[in-house]
Amino acid sequence: MSFASHDSATKQSQGDAITAEEIADSGATASEDVARYALILGDDSLMLAQRLGGWISRAPELEEDIALANIALDLLGHARFLLTYAGSAWGKSEDDLAYFRDEEDFRSCRLVEQENGDFGTTIARQLIFSFYAHELYTRLLDSEDRTLSAIADKALKEVAYHQDHAAQWVLRLGLGTEESSRRMQSGLDSLWPLVEELFVDVEPIERLEGVAVPPSSLREPTMRRVAEIIEEAGLTVPDAAPAYGGDRRGLHSEQRGFILAEMQVLARRHPDATW
Amino acid sequence: MSADVTSLQDAREDAQAGEARFEQLIADDSRVEPRDWMPEKYRKTLVRQVSQHAHSEIIGMQPEGNWITRAPSLKRKAILMAKVQDEAGHGLYLYSAAETLGTPRDEMYDQLYTGRAKYSSIFNYPARTWADIGAIGWLVDGAAICNQVPLCRASYGPYGRAMVRICKEESFHQRQGWEILHTLAHGTEAQKQMAQDAVDRFYGPALQMFGPPDADSPNSQQSMAWNIKRFSNDELRQRFVDMIVPQAEALGLTLPDPDLKWNEERGHYDFGELDWDEFFTVLKGGGPCSRQRMDHYRRARDEGAWVREAAAAYARREAAPQAGLVGA
Ligand SMILES: [Fe+2]
Ligand SMILES: [Fe+2]
Repeated sequence: MSFASHDSATKQSQGDAITAEEIADSGATASEDVARYALILGDDSLMLAQRLGGWISRAPELEEDIALANIALDLLGHARFLLTYAGSAWGKSEDDLAYFRDEEDFRSCRLVEQENGDFGTTIARQLIFSFYAHELYTRLLDSEDRTLSAIADKALKEVAYHQDHAAQWVLRLGLGTEESSRRMQSGLDSLWPLVEELFVDVEPIERLEGVAVPPSSLREPTMRRVAEIIEEAGLTVPDAAPAYGGDRRGLHSEQRGFILAEMQVLARRHPDATW
Repeated sequence: MSADVTSLQDAREDAQAGEARFEQLIADDSRVEPRDWMPEKYRKTLVRQVSQHAHSEIIGMQPEGNWITRAPSLKRKAILMAKVQDEAGHGLYLYSAAETLGTPRDEMYDQLYTGRAKYSSIFNYPARTWADIGAIGWLVDGAAICNQVPLCRASYGPYGRAMVRICKEESFHQRQGWEILHTLAHGTEAQKQMAQDAVDRFYGPALQMFGPPDADSPNSQQSMAWNIKRFSNDELRQRFVDMIVPQAEALGLTLPDPDLKWNEERGHYDFGELDWDEFFTVLKGGGPCSRQRMDHYRRARDEGAWVREAAAAYARREAAPQAGLVGA
């Protein structure tokens, strides 16, 4: 009997049971460009899963330990699908890509690499990322690439729960107490300059018409819905210029190196081992 | 006769009938439910046991949680996250069961926070290597299963039912621990050493999870009479040893006990004396990570206080008539 992530009895957002192993076994091979696109999406999910995993045993309520673990598990699942599929282009496994790529080879955005901060900051990031991801996977369902479309189908059900979780908390914090409203606003303010990076049409996306979802097409619908929640919570949509360097390459965050140092330490100490 | 006297007499008669019914339920080995009359000592014993058990699940998230960010493969990371998440769920089931005995959850949190309540000493040991995650799953969750399977029949209904759900998940936990160790034991030389080292360190403390020897366990008798506990500490410990010896052989790892051998006559494994000084030292808060675990728990509670206040304020606001129209 296997013990995959969906065996957790406390998991709240059950999607269909496709597994990273099934993608690996399906024989579907990504082209170089598709693989590079899958890495962009997969690295975002992996970094955010890694960050949210840090909340487990530290959440404000037991129910939140469970909810944040649940979301982290979902994102880790998405990362595993996407990295597995990306790896098919180069004969690499999900673990080769997660553990043996160097800092400059990851393509995650700076938003997901930021430290968790307080609960308000984590929720601010969850709001932005989950609404973005929901728009993304909704459109990726129609991808001509059958593997990407299957991954989107699975992820969409889970991301719907993430959206709901984030929106509920933004309302609670925004309308709760003076302190919670201040902290929620400050979380939004500090992350806002990093939001734009999600919506930049980096390469190779322009070469993948019908396969990839142009990030720029997600900007308006995502931000409209995010703004609605922020306003409903009595908060202000920040007015901040995008931070320079947001093209998912070159100018990555200072935090990425620390994330990888921790994530990769054991695997790299035993490069020939299986686990 | 005044109304007060009548109701006092009624209450006394109710209590007598309740007590007789309680005795009968225990004699019949049936279930006591939250609305049933029960002796105050029975209630107190249960609240203590169930809440301690819940606290153990919560503090138990820490040693394993510390490896989530470093798990050596994505699959192992997912399994570990799911496992630690389950432990949080166990805590929830158990706090809910304890609440049916009339103790609010916040009060139990407070007892843990202030150090008045205990949790299983095993979690005061560090999880230093990845192999410790294997050893914890195999030995610690394994010992928990031996302890908990009989508790599924505990006389208090909500506790027994919570244990049924928990035991199902614990067997997954033990299996994933065993799989981690099996992979390590069949891996590189460094991995094998890591596995053996972890088993060497967790074996003794895992056996001590069943509590002190029967002769030194004064409360056990009453718990057994009430059908809360079904087997003595030493009986459970023996079961556990009998279970893990063949499993260790299958792993290709040894157990660090020179006195461990099959006793044909008893039909059980004999095993050596455990270090009870160490046990009582750790129990009294002198474990390698005792202070660290409590500090971690308190920090999380403190840092989350503003979030809980906000959630409560928001809930009040939503519950208020004409929500949103009433001024703050
Ligand atoms: Fe548990
Ligand atoms: Fe467990």
